[in-house]
Amino acid sequence: MAVTVLIPTPLRPFVGGRDALELEGESVGELLDRLTGEHVALKPHLFATDGRLRSFVNVYVNDRDIRQLSQRETPVKPGDTVSIIPSIAGGTSVAEELPKLSHEEILRYSRHLILPDVGVEGQKKLKAARVLLVGAGGLGSPAALYLAAAGVGTLGLVDFDVVDKTNLQRQILHGTSTVGVSKLESARARINDLNPNVRVETFETHLTSENALDIIREFDIVADGTDNFPTRYLVNDACVLLDKPNVYGSIFRFEGQASVFHAKRGPCYRCLYAEPPPPGLVPSCAEGGVLGVLPGIIGSIQAMETIKLILGAGQPLIGRLVLFDALKLEFRELKLEKDPDCPVCGAHPTVTELIDYQAFCGIGAEPSYDGAEITAQDLRDEWQGNPDLLVVDVREPHEYEIAHIDGAVPIPLGELPDRLAELDGHREIVTHCHHGARSFKALEILKSAGFSKVRSLRGGIDAWAVNVDPSLPRY
Amino acid sequence: MTLVLDARHVAAISRHGEADYPAEACGLIGGAVEAHRKVAVQLVPLANQRTDSARNRYLIDPESFRRAQEKLERDGLEVLGVYHSHPDHPPAPSAFDREHAWPWLSYVIVGVERGRAGEMKSWVLAEDRGSFDQEPITTEERKVVWQ
Repeated sequence: MAVTVLIPTPLRPFVGGRDALELEGESVGELLDRLTGEHVALKPHLFATDGRLRSFVNVYVNDRDIRQLSQRETPVKPGDTVSIIPSIAGGTSVAEELPKLSHEEILRYSRHLILPDVGVEGQKKLKAARVLLVGAGGLGSPAALYLAAAGVGTLGLVDFDVVDKTNLQRQILHGTSTVGVSKLESARARINDLNPNVRVETFETHLTSENALDIIREFDIVADGTDNFPTRYLVNDACVLLDKPNVYGSIFRFEGQASVFHAKRGPCYRCLYAEPPPPGLVPSCAEGGVLGVLPGIIGSIQAMETIKLILGAGQPLIGRLVLFDALKLEFRELKLEKDPDCPVCGAHPTVTELIDYQAFCGIGAEPSYDGAEITAQDLRDEWQGNPDLLVVDVREPHEYEIAHIDGAVPIPLGELPDRLAELDGHREIVTHCHHGARSFKALEILKSAGFSKVRSLRGGIDAWAVNVDPSLPRY
Repeated sequence: MTLVLDARHVAAISRHGEADYPAEACGLIGGAVEAHRKVAVQLVPLANQRTDSARNRYLIDPESFRRAQEKLERDGLEVLGVYHSHPDHPPAPSAFDREHAWPWLSYVIVGVERGRAGEMKSWVLAEDRGSFDQEPITTEERKVVWQ
């Protein structure tokens, strides 16, 4: 008994009009050689001049593509069915206007060029691609470096920050020499050094409902490396409205997640998280901390997915959410469904233009705390005059270990409601934290419990270290 | 050979090209060979699998091709050709089309200028793969089984 080889319609004229042949052979390669040996005119249609199977010729053994098996070496046994299945490709000549590669680029990208899924055409697509990175921080750093190294022709960067020493533990796009420099200029210098072929377009601004569509419209793909909910919803909605893929990543402490949101082909961020969490529930990296390697892993996944989208290679992370746990070193994957009632990408969208994302995320105008704040210098002076003044440190115990103000009473914010009895309401109270955000929450808790003489240290222990006690380390 | 299309096929290919503009639309043409005529009976519109550059590329993956072919064969038909649109370009095959073409199949191309379908032409790859030759299209108004 031989192997049955099924011939598709376009090739039947070359084998006497038959739709199937019985051939003997041990492997797919052997069968194909025998086939083209008996029917020589078939050869140029199946094989390119270099002898490799043409990219649009697919060979299946029973129901499996030999590309997933052992290619030409895939063994066959009598009774198997080998099918030659066309894929059909084509297009206008525009794509022939893809940018050319210089000799320098051919050398630089040689490890890409020899990959069948990239090759010269793929590398040209990378060169023609325009990718926007929202945020040049923890996630944007590895993403920008790998995309630049890979030869993405144009990288857009949106950021408004200045490089701070505390960034360097994870934001490897920047360096000690660029502390104090704008992140965009720091990034431009690093990217130019890594790959001068990359065009860097910078947007030194917050992404807002007013400018997002104009900025994003000019790019093919957006990689979202933002650290706050209003911007994340803004990026999502703008990408849905403009039909751009949004390569999403986020990190917290030891955990990260990534997905590709492209509403035309799958769910969007709002299908996953219809509503933002209440403000303050999820701490930012500045409040909660983050292991520096973590954004390296998640940002690299974002770079990888971006490149796959540009090349059209493999299975994109559309409709899947990857969850990464660094402590367990575990990747999990969740299937994401498109929400038919999604307010932005559903069948009957209610969000058809960009909205006020600060308000959507419950971040209204800052509550008024007139007279409820005290500066570090004033606290020092007042405390000297009034030793009865009580300073309450609402940070976590491990932060207290890094640095603390002598004489302050440590009560972590989470324990405060249960430990009110420890506080004397007749005394002046000043709450403090790291930068002044949590101490406001402590102030609200105390006020609503009836404490009237409460204020919050503006700028937290950080301001104290700068203005009052330089012997304290800043963190 | 001559490709025989029903007037409704011509209209459907044009509409598909307009609907997917500015991306390329594509599909298969099923039918039967009668003497020197390829007579189209059914169109199978397919999703363009290219997402990276759908504006100037189309792709029908082997799974879609196989499913469409099986569907046609159940109706006693075979794949006669492929249609696709050229957004803002004339309906002539590009070098890319030729490089990726299969022999014998009719490659019907409709030009879609700024969202409006225009001229439609059919092309067949030469057996030596050296050229793409235009093939006459005859449009007939017929009663056919078609979807």
